[in-house]
Amino acid sequence: MLEIKNLHASVEDKEILKGINLEIKAGEVHAIMGPNGAGKSTLSSIIAGNENYEVSEGEIFLDGEEISELAPEERAHKGIFLSFQYPVEIPGVSVTNFIKTAINEKRKANKQEEMPANEMLKFIREKSELLEMDRKFLSRSLNEGFSGGEKKRNEIFQMAMLEPKIAILDETDSGLDIDALRIVANGVNKLKNENNAVLVITHYQRLLEYIVPDFVHVLMDGKIVKTGGADLALELEEKGYDWIKNELN
Amino acid sequence: MELKDKLLASFMAFEEKIDTHSELHEVRSNAIKNFEYKGFPTKKEEAWKYTSLNAILKNDFSVFPKKDNAIEFKDVKKYFLHEIDTFKLVFIDGIFSSFLSSTTHDGLDVCLMSSALTKPKYKMVIDTYFNQIASKEESLTSLNTAFSLEGAYINIPKSKVVDKPIEIIYFSTGTEAALMVQPRNLIVVGENAHVQIVERHQSLNSNPVLTNSVTEIFAQKRAIVDYYKVQNDVQTANLIDNTYIAQKQESRAAVHTFSFGGNITRNNLNFYHQGERIDSTLKGITIIGDKQHVDHYTLVQHATPNCESHQNYKTILNDSSTGVFNGKIFVEKEAQKTDAFQQNNNILIGDKATINAKPQLEIFADDVKCSHGCTIGQLDESAMFYMQQRGIPKKEAKALLMYAFTSEVTNSVKIPELKAKIARIIADKLGVNMGFDL
Repeated sequence: MLEIKNLHASVEDKEILKGINLEIKAGEVHAIMGPNGAGKSTLSSIIAGNENYEVSEGEIFLDGEEISELAPEERAHKGIFLSFQYPVEIPGVSVTNFIKTAINEKRKANKQEEMPANEMLKFIREKSELLEMDRKFLSRSLNEGFSGGEKKRNEIFQMAMLEPKIAILDETDSGLDIDALRIVANGVNKLKNENNAVLVITHYQRLLEYIVPDFVHVLMDGKIVKTGGADLALELEEKGYDWIKNELN
Repeated sequence: MELKDKLLASFMAFEEKIDTHSELHEVRSNAIKNFEYKGFPTKKEEAWKYTSLNAILKNDFSVFPKKDNAIEFKDVKKYFLHEIDTFKLVFIDGIFSSFLSSTTHDGLDVCLMSSALTKPKYKMVIDTYFNQIASKEESLTSLNTAFSLEGAYINIPKSKVVDKPIEIIYFSTGTEAALMVQPRNLIVVGENAHVQIVERHQSLNSNPVLTNSVTEIFAQKRAIVDYYKVQNDVQTANLIDNTYIAQKQESRAAVHTFSFGGNITRNNLNFYHQGERIDSTLKGITIIGDKQHVDHYTLVQHATPNCESHQNYKTILNDSSTGVFNGKIFVEKEAQKTDAFQQNNNILIGDKATINAKPQLEIFADDVKCSHGCTIGQLDESAMFYMQQRGIPKKEAKALLMYAFTSEVTNSVKIPELKAKIARIIADKLGVNMGFDL
């Protein structure tokens, strides 16, 4: 589904990714772990098409199509979703209106009619219940004055609405208390099926107790240095990242 | 003949035509003398440093419209709050249109300045309020005073809560090659009374128009005045709006100015405090493009203790448009415990767009809270990326962000139909259809 080949990228002439190779198949959950500054968030931004990073080498394929020249919205329309570590506040635009716009833009791009209002309402209700969101929450301005947990829950709500092929969760666990973490993880698990895939980017193992990965990759200094199963995350939690560094040396 | 000379020559003829109280003759004569002495303002004056009227004044404006022009309601319906019932004062090329208007004398006066200035029963109100706070020094206000005859006269008695908004609309038909109009409005809001007013100037074709308008508003004790100015005119229309507001104790007055179009627009907005615990609000949204020019020149005169003023102006400039914000807050020695706030945020979209922003605080009291913030920037890139990631294309994302940028001001509009209208105009200006009513 998503295939990354020899990806090199830099920001302001500083090379951050130094040859990433990654293949994610439909139905799989992958996790990328690594110490701060390893390039985890850079990788997720680049997959989503952030133009602040320059891809100097390598390719990104989505269902066999090379997408690294596409605009962020075009990638979104093809099914890439990035749950932001720091979702942006947009005062004056309600959660409902924002998601309506996003859905209809996607449908427009895919040559579909706009979603009828009653269908949209039903869909919003269904997905907000999945994330245990209060009805009042939906009429609030997007992310404005939201707590950390509310912001992340709102990200997963949008993911549920947009039904992406591949969802990248960038540090979704940061700033979440245990209840919010459970709700968010539960939402992700319910949305997971054999036709989509999830890439979890995280510093800690905590979230992976709830969203159990098929593969865990360790990203250090711009490269994937180790790949294993779910138990690798536990090992990292226990021993930290230094032992891998030592192993490499 | 230059416009100034034409106006001076027209003045005699104008005074002969009308029959008013003799006191008024003196007011007019003094006013025309001041205008004759000062002439039109030029960029040499500090207050007009960034706005030049030279190009406009080259037009050969007719000073008096030659005939009555009729308009069909269906052709101008969109300029009204037609979804709801309102009082209406409508003027076509400066002349009152009884056909389009909906006036009243039932429990309040919503009628014509020309009646108020000539009929004895209004004499006391006119003597008490007319030209009392309008500047005697400022040349354009003087010019208006000299020719003042027609406009809105609104008198809300004590404790009257007006149950529907009052719309004041000035249409220009373009029947004249170029027309100058000088509306004069007087609004007196009695103790504990409450009123909502929407004012609009609208040209219906592209012949040049110069409107030099003066509005005096008096808010008595505990009165609540909500005033909205909708400026979304064609690119050959010029507006100089001079608004003077005097507030008595515990009154609340708010003026929202929405400047979305016209050639040159200058808003002179002046608040004078005449009692304690007064609350004044000045808010505005400016969204313009091409070579349009909008200049907000505000003054809040804090002369009494324990009063508040809140200013919030948002500007988005496209293309080669220019914006000016000059916000003067004057806190007199007696005005202790003043709380004056001023905010002015500007986004420049066009490469050749210019903003001139000048906060001006003059504080003579020692126990006050005054703050001002002015920002000039571009759109937030991380917010753009966030929205694009959700599938919203760049153009729509930009529009949504700009809408968000102005929402602090639109949110305080208290007439829902007006709020919806403003949102539609904004969406239209930004060239997007968001798929929902913003």
